[in-house]
Amino acid sequence: MNDHLEHLGSALDKVSGYIYPNEVELHWGLLVVIYPYVTGLVAGAFILASLEKVFRVKAVEPTYRLALLTALAFLFVAPLPLQLHLGHPERSFEIFLTPHFKSAMAMFGFVYVWYLMVVLLLEIWFEYRADMIRWKQEARGLKKLVYWILALGSTNLSPRAIEFDRKAVHVITLIGIPSAFLLHGYVGFIFGSVKANPWWSSVLMPIVFLFSAIVSGIALVLLIYYVTSMIRRKAPDMACLNQLASFLFYVLLIDFTLELLDFIHRLYESEESIGILRELIYGRLFLSLTIVQILLGTIVPIVMLAVFRYSRLPDEMKRLGYFVAAALVQVGIFSTRWNVVIGGQLFSKSLRGLTVYKLEIGGVEGLFTAMALLVLPFVILYVLVKLLPPWGEPKAS
Amino acid sequence: MDNSEDNAVRRREFLERLAAVPCSMLVLGVIGPLEVAAEGGDEATDSEGRYYGMGVQIDRCIGCGLCVQACKNENDVPRDPYYFRTWVERYRIHADDEVVVDSPNGGIEGFPPEEEGKDVIRSFFVPKLCNHCDNPPCVQVCPVGATFKSEDGVILVDKDYCIGCRYCIQACPYGARYLDPRTKTADKCTFCYHRITQGLAPACVEVCPTQARVFGELGAKSSPLRRIRRMNKLQVLKPYLNTAPKVFYTELDGEVR
Repeated sequence: MNDHLEHLGSALDKVSGYIYPNEVELHWGLLVVIYPYVTGLVAGAFILASLEKVFRVKAVEPTYRLALLTALAFLFVAPLPLQLHLGHPERSFEIFLTPHFKSAMAMFGFVYVWYLMVVLLLEIWFEYRADMIRWKQEARGLKKLVYWILALGSTNLSPRAIEFDRKAVHVITLIGIPSAFLLHGYVGFIFGSVKANPWWSSVLMPIVFLFSAIVSGIALVLLIYYVTSMIRRKAPDMACLNQLASFLFYVLLIDFTLELLDFIHRLYESEESIGILRELIYGRLFLSLTIVQILLGTIVPIVMLAVFRYSRLPDEMKRLGYFVAAALVQVGIFSTRWNVVIGGQLFSKSLRGLTVYKLEIGGVEGLFTAMALLVLPFVILYVLVKLLPPWGEPKAS
Repeated sequence: MDNSEDNAVRRREFLERLAAVPCSMLVLGVIGPLEVAAEGGDEATDSEGRYYGMGVQIDRCIGCGLCVQACKNENDVPRDPYYFRTWVERYRIHADDEVVVDSPNGGIEGFPPEEEGKDVIRSFFVPKLCNHCDNPPCVQVCPVGATFKSEDGVILVDKDYCIGCRYCIQACPYGARYLDPRTKTADKCTFCYHRITQGLAPACVEVCPTQARVFGELGAKSSPLRRIRRMNKLQVLKPYLNTAPKVFYTELDGEVR
């Protein structure tokens, strides 16, 4: 409690202009930045996986299963930052028991459960069912039991059953694409629908969130595919990497265009809030918005992708270029989330002053927790990959 | 023998009954007021016809900060300068159109004197509090319904139900909410609900030495609030957000946000 007050005291010293007295405390911190970041990765990875199934983009097939498992690993972690951020985490189940249907946030539980249970788990199960049965037959002891449980006791390997799996995956993917749009569009809506906050309140918010999610998801799968190939000492499929880089390039262009549109629209409309927002952008957000998000996280990767994708460079160079571009994109999208969530709370709703966000290092909402939450999905992914190898090796027959 | 036994029984009965009198008095003494209070409570929460609002007469506010103090005392609001159910802002508009707003510690101890040599052309105080919006964005966003509008139009928070997500704090355009650091739940002005349901005025209204704040039922045919609403041009804060506040200001300057 005393630490908290000291924390607020040092924030108060840094306030410029006038802010409402209750605004000294900034309520949504680093964990709430991580929430849309992680959710975006889930939606993006899934949409990438769907490209192969629905639009039959054969080139990205090597990443299909990897993308699904990545989406699942991050989806497991997605609700954790929210849970840890609550004042009363033990009451969070009330969102399920007595949801307030007019609240955008109350829908989170349902959107999440729908996406986890109906889309991801089901799609992965049908995709892996035949393999799990085969792995069960080959395995011994505990592993045999694990695969038996994972396959839910299924043993049917008849051509009809496998054909049914294929159709099921197709149908679930068809449902999955709008669901992934819903999942992340919805996260954008949580911010975009707050009319009290001129930085958030924008009808473009869900769309910008969605496209930045696709950008981050494709970049993440590209990174993971590249790194895991290195670890497995296998040359990554260059056609696949080229295709991923092309997709990343296109979506990044769309995303950047949308963000520019939002920016120009605000400038052109020049509403009451424009003065304080200008002060915000040129002052407290200059580094994270102009330098990191726009320059390093968007313009540099766009140029790099264009150069490395469409020039005659050796494959090794191209791969390295894609890798660096995708890594920069991750940093850029993370700062996009930061600039929305933290940026939206740095100015007073009186539009007369700015406050600061002081990041805590320890504590439940501190830097270490945040880092743990960003590492955790990779640990989960490691286990998933060990259990359900996603590599394109010929399926055991 | 029989007779004396009879007498003994009667005597004991008598003594018992005699003892029962103060005992029952004692019991009644404890229960009685509770029952009365419960009845009173029932009557008070029967909000038929009641719909509360507040009028704030800006020209009367002298920035003494008594309302802020009274509010903190009455409602056990944390004393630290980051938690306010009500606060007072001072506006100074200079000849060069520069607007300086301050509210040191919510104005709880009044305001420091104005700087010499500044050409101030308008200056005034604005008491702020929850606007008890008729179309409250905070109620809309609460994921569990812990914050709600009572039948008499007062926006309340159930602290035993609030999960502390702070979406309501983000959704309030007026900065009227804070997270109580002791309960980790959202908190805000209740119009002193415990007082108004007993027919008393909110603490801030009670102590205001200039009657800048006037509380009442919006529907009452004759009341000080009605008189203010009849005799003045009224304004609410941020009307373009369509929150329909029930705190009405007289003589509200365009610089106030």
